[in-house]
Amino acid sequence: MSLSLDEVRHIAKLARLELADGELDATLAKLNGIFGLIEEMQAVDTDGVEPMSHPQELAQRLRADVVGETDRRAAYQAIAPQTEAGLYLVPKVIE
Amino acid sequence: MIDSSLKDIAAALRAKTVSAVELATESLARIEAGNAKINAFVTVDEGGALAAARAADARIAAGTAGPLTGIPLAHKDVFCTEGVLTTCGSKMLANFVSPYDAHVVSLLKNAGAVMVGKTNMDEFAMGSTNESSHFGPTRNPWDVTKVPGGSSGGSAAAVAARMVPIATGSDTGGSVRQPASLCGITGIKPTYGTVSRFGMIAYASSLDQGGAFARTAEDCAQLLSAMTGHDPRDSTSLERSYEHYGADLARPLAGLRIGLPKEFFAEGMEGDVRAAVEAALAEYRKLGATTVEVSLPNARLAIPAYYVIAPAEASSNLSRFDGVRYGHRAAEYTDLNDMYCKSRSQGFGAEVQRRILVGTYVLSHGYYDAYYIKAQKLRRLIAQDFAAALEQCDVIAGPTNPTVAYGIGEKSSDPVQMYLGDIYTVAVNLAGLPGLSHPAGFGKDGLPVGLQLIGNYFTEAHLLNTAHQFQQTTDWHSRAPVF
Repeated sequence: MSLSLDEVRHIAKLARLELADGELDATLAKLNGIFGLIEEMQAVDTDGVEPMSHPQELAQRLRADVVGETDRRAAYQAIAPQTEAGLYLVPKVIE
Repeated sequence: MIDSSLKDIAAALRAKTVSAVELATESLARIEAGNAKINAFVTVDEGGALAAARAADARIAAGTAGPLTGIPLAHKDVFCTEGVLTTCGSKMLANFVSPYDAHVVSLLKNAGAVMVGKTNMDEFAMGSTNESSHFGPTRNPWDVTKVPGGSSGGSAAAVAARMVPIATGSDTGGSVRQPASLCGITGIKPTYGTVSRFGMIAYASSLDQGGAFARTAEDCAQLLSAMTGHDPRDSTSLERSYEHYGADLARPLAGLRIGLPKEFFAEGMEGDVRAAVEAALAEYRKLGATTVEVSLPNARLAIPAYYVIAPAEASSNLSRFDGVRYGHRAAEYTDLNDMYCKSRSQGFGAEVQRRILVGTYVLSHGYYDAYYIKAQKLRRLIAQDFAAALEQCDVIAGPTNPTVAYGIGEKSSDPVQMYLGDIYTVAVNLAGLPGLSHPAGFGKDGLPVGLQLIGNYFTEAHLLNTAHQFQQTTDWHSRAPVF
């Protein structure tokens, strides 16, 4: 298979990446190289094989619902690009 | 003194013939002298190191020192370090001073190890050469025109260049074993779930695992023993009783059954690598081991399966970098969505963006079953192959890498060529097994060759025992590069 330029534009949009028009062709060529490699998977019959999402077949642990963390908001917000009154600032979404 | 074994350094510290401050000073001086050439370190923390060394000396004086107290060490820049820059090799995090320590970092701090700095790496651990770092490529101390391997290339090069005796790394598809091999040192990735991933910046969460670098298996055992243990902050951290991975080092190898996967010894391995690997296997036979051919029939599918699963998990993990809470934010944008897009496109390098795109595609509607689920089915087959092979042998051996270190720039324009170099290492991560690489000789142009040992789940002590016995009768691990 090979991707089209429109498909690359679409997945870039989904991934919130902005590809400059000048990079699109080169990106497409490299992605198609990678998908050429990936495509080798399709030659193997995997009917009836249970997908393995994780090396451990363990159930998630539960813990008691008690407070375990201290409030470190100031430390975390000190490294944020923009904050005000304890809130993270982003451009206005609703006019 | 920092060229000695950890055991000898610890003894000298206890005997007061050397101080932790002297060791830290020696390590910092080596970095000062060599880093301009090697670029192994992104950050050197002289003040923090000397303060930690003074605290270590106080502990030694008080008689409360452990085996790593006062030992200089470097952390791969994937591990969060409170108050110290943690870049993950990316422009995205070029300004990120972590507000907390990774679990591994706090364990080693509590053990009294002295962090001298943070090592260079492929951006977000995505790469096999260290060339994708925002801070420029790390250079191989055996030949500064060659790559050190990746993604933990800075840690491997720092240990190989004798800047530090030990360093941490992370291994998602070979990122500890492969640079250990190309830099002529020892590196181990334990069983998935052994080392907490808390504070280790995520690439592919079902594959990522912290690991240890040192010159010898004995020192790797010491470091790894201090890095492991259950951590409730990582939901995949295993609850197992404490194990010292050096407990079994002295066991002789007589009767050891080494499985040689015929697929690893087929075409693809360069002649010089094959010669060194065969010679190392002959040495193992001299030590009393026997070799038996085993098969991993789906091994060749490990690369395609890995390059679906890892990017899929990466595209999800890296969605957190949005320019809102930390990391790079674009200077100019029109609205919120534009801020996300510009911040991410400016902050991520080309290889990271490619893997995010691949991952987004294979997880998108209509392709999920054909790619992501298909790859997970292959992952099951690959894990089953290992289980079957490990019924016929105690440990699997083969090359770590098909070639010795190649030139900087040689494969950077073609990602597929770089990916193919991961052929012997990625399958181990897909299965979640422990793997180790130890020096096995030298190939073309005097560059190091590594031998990979793969064991069953939780056999780290046995892998380290095997490598340690090899290192008792060989001296490849004690050869030092001149750069």
